[in-house]
Amino acid sequence: MADMREPIESGCPDPWQYMHPMMRKNFGQWKYHEHPRPGVLLHVAYSGDKIWTVKAGTQRILDVFTLRKLCDIGDQFAEGYVHFTLRSNIEYMVTDEAKVQPLIDALEGAGFVVGGTQNSVAMISHTQGWLHCDIPGTDASGVVKSMMDELIDEFRNANMPNRVHITTSCCQINCGGQGDIAINIQHTKPPKINHDLVANVCERPSVVARCPVAAIRPAMVNGKPSLEVDERKCICCGACYPPCPPMQINDAEHSKLAIWVGGNHSNARGKPTFQKLVAAGIPNNPPRWPEATAIVKRILKAYKEGARDWERVNEWIERIGWPRFFEEVELPFTKYHIDTWRGARASFNSSSYIRF
Amino acid sequence: MGADSRSRYFSECRWGLGIAMVMRLAACRGIPQAYVVVSLGVMPRRVDAWPLDFTDIPIPSCFILTRRDSVMAIEKHSTPMLDQLETGPWPSFISGIKRLRDEHPEPRINEMTNDLLGQLEHSYETRKGYWKGGTVSVFGYGGGIIPRFSEVGKAFPKSKEFHTLRVQPPAGNHYSTGMLRQLADSWEKWGSGLVTFHGQTGNIMFIGTDTKNTQHFFDEINEYGWDLGGAGPCVRTAMSCVGAARCEMSCTNELKAHRSLVNNFVDDVHRPALPYKFKFKVSGCANDCQNAIERSDFAVLGTWRDDMKVDQAEVKHYIADKGRQYYIDNVITRCPTQALSLTDDNTLVVNNRDCVRCMHCLNVMPKALHPGDDKGVTILIGGKRTLKIGDLMGTVVVPFKKLETEEDYESLVELAETIIDFWAENGLEHERCGEMIERIGLANFLDGIGIEPDPNMLSHPRQSSYIRLDGWDEAAEAWFERQAEAGK
Ligand code: HEM
Ligand code: SF4
Ligand code: SF4
Ligand code: SF4
Ligand code: SF4
Repeated sequence: MADMREPIESGCPDPWQYMHPMMRKNFGQWKYHEHPRPGVLLHVAYSGDKIWTVKAGTQRILDVFTLRKLCDIGDQFAEGYVHFTLRSNIEYMVTDEAKVQPLIDALEGAGFVVGGTQNSVAMISHTQGWLHCDIPGTDASGVVKSMMDELIDEFRNANMPNRVHITTSCCQINCGGQGDIAINIQHTKPPKINHDLVANVCERPSVVARCPVAAIRPAMVNGKPSLEVDERKCICCGACYPPCPPMQINDAEHSKLAIWVGGNHSNARGKPTFQKLVAAGIPNNPPRWPEATAIVKRILKAYKEGARDWERVNEWIERIGWPRFFEEVELPFTKYHIDTWRGARASFNSSSYIRF
Repeated sequence: MGADSRSRYFSECRWGLGIAMVMRLAACRGIPQAYVVVSLGVMPRRVDAWPLDFTDIPIPSCFILTRRDSVMAIEKHSTPMLDQLETGPWPSFISGIKRLRDEHPEPRINEMTNDLLGQLEHSYETRKGYWKGGTVSVFGYGGGIIPRFSEVGKAFPKSKEFHTLRVQPPAGNHYSTGMLRQLADSWEKWGSGLVTFHGQTGNIMFIGTDTKNTQHFFDEINEYGWDLGGAGPCVRTAMSCVGAARCEMSCTNELKAHRSLVNNFVDDVHRPALPYKFKFKVSGCANDCQNAIERSDFAVLGTWRDDMKVDQAEVKHYIADKGRQYYIDNVITRCPTQALSLTDDNTLVVNNRDCVRCMHCLNVMPKALHPGDDKGVTILIGGKRTLKIGDLMGTVVVPFKKLETEEDYESLVELAETIIDFWAENGLEHERCGEMIERIGLANFLDGIGIEPDPNMLSHPRQSSYIRLDGWDEAAEAWFERQAEAGK
């Protein structure tokens, strides 16, 4: 190991060196912003300095050619600096208003999509999926590509009542996180266990401990130490699968998509909220997942027509009530919408508040 | 160059590099029969779309031209399902992967991405994933690599090892194009050429390389300032919003808070030894663009405690523009604590003691309303997603903390150390900090980290009478003492 190199534990790099000079100059000194057109923000500093930001959506999984093309555009039109948003959009900053339009033209000309600001449907945030995660029930990039193809006008324009954050997740761990609309895998059958492999591959006590409903117990199967699932208890969450791959949870037929709404990370007007289940049993249907997209579009349409200015999806539903929500988006309401997990009681209506 | 011969070449555009540099690059890549062409201007990516005559193109630039037949022919997997993701207006990641397969001068990348596409198509056909984990790390570290070995590596041998490196981004995700190019150059030397800015935890994800090249790539980029993020039960890569760099709502130096925190724990990032993962996220205000409350164990949110600044002239401009009713319906009545009113002469009155700094009115009237001057942060602990007890938001543990002097930052880091130490000692295996708090109770957690209870930590006091209150008198006395000390 003589030639092994000791790592330099430098941690998180200092962004100062990579920050647009105008942002450095006015750090902490911004006064207000405007939204001159969809995809463009204008920030004005107390000093009077101005900076225009042009935001564009990409395919997120970038090949080096695309990355270099984004850099070319940055060098040619945007002073050589870029910023990435939380939702993997790229942002270019310019200090001269005259550069905004040529920058937009260059981006659109190269196939990127300018938008995603203010009251738009923002870029769908997504996870790894079949491309490179080890536990996914579906793809992520493909779902997002298919949906963004259909929501592109809502990304390009900013005429929703407020911003809409959509997320996807390809297992119930849900690293895509909370969203105004979330499209997540939901398994519907208990794991299928390959008993021949369990003893060699899995640390059995920690798999037993992982199950949220204590449905797993050690067992001898065919004379070998293995694990057993009480299928009446099992909630098909898939938590046992990452630590024990022989407990296969993904099922081509029975791993479905579910749609959740009303997750909102902002504190504006109300405390942050978690998303709620509205639709399930949606086919996991590559390569274009049309059934899931159709439901997302129905929800967006009802929200766009029904919500007031500044209402996020959760606030809109809070005002109109769940019965009307299900009616407007033409989704069935079932016993499965009634929560059974800890704290479920807090979600029951203990008042005489009924809308007619 | 004649029309028919054009299709025998593919190009790699190198804006801004001089011809000597491009030739050197071509030579050191060992590109066989490479040509470097000085052309004049913007070139379509596909060679067959090039103009025959370059003379009317304005800007000089260099291209590496490689003869197609000099690259070993590969047998391309047929991908009818993935091909359907090349249609439609949104940029296609499949087209990008195919570009690497078809146009990259490096045969290793052509073959690797070809097999990657083959395996992905197989996933699409069978609706199953075919990656499994394993153990891969770089010398000296225990985490930061997501190992991926293919379960169908026999059919797709060139991508049978396809590990991802999680690399920590600069706080706030700022980059110069020069640095992005340098990273791209290193990555195509050692990896697949696929990269994401950024994963959901916030890392730059360099997707796809084998075990040997994982080390080479890390060594190369580590030399010029990049380090791995966390994976496994450890402190994870942190995130912060754009904040003070370009946002008028910002109430703190997000970048400094972010780097002070996570860079104090480099050892805990690189050598997983905690009960489970631990995430820091910093948002400059209550809009919480970073999703810190919902998605981090240690959330830092900017706020202020003096009066918000109101520019009444700008208030009147807004009202003149959109009308009085718009601002009554969209600002006054939307304040969560009814802290606002609008007088008959269109003066906005703020009851700052009722205001909870939710940011709504500032969002609607950014020219007129601004945070006060006495800025600081609120700290919430214990946010996380579903596994295992269900979703948890962070809980306020520090209602307000100044973050100005070096000592302020040091005490922030000390608080994080105290919390992580307490959790490392008391958390069960695979138990997030928030789950531990749920199990032992907030009061015990506060006691354990030496923070006194404060009504700001709750939505409301207890509802249940099932509690022993033997220590009430002492606790009440302690409260009055603390109040007296604080000069209240
Ligand atoms: C083998 C198992 C797992 C794999 C391969 C995996 C993979 C990933 C990846 C690639 C990311 C994005 C990382 C980044 O940005 O750097 C991520 C994020 C995340 N993972 Fe996992 N993960 C696994 C297990 C888990 C488990 C067990 C949980 C839940 C307890 C979990 C919860 C999350 C969450 C909540 C995020 C988003 C984090 C955030 O918002 O900061 N993951 N995961
Ligand atoms: S959501 Fe699940 S399957 Fe998808 S990338 Fe995250 S951990 Fe992997
Ligand atoms: S799928 Fe979930 S509930 Fe079922 S056995 Fe596995 S961990 Fe337990
Ligand atoms: S969290 Fe607040 S300070 Fe940070 S970018 Fe969002 S609005 Fe600006
Ligand atoms: S910031 Fe929020 S709570 Fe405070 S006055 Fe404005 S709307 Fe009301």
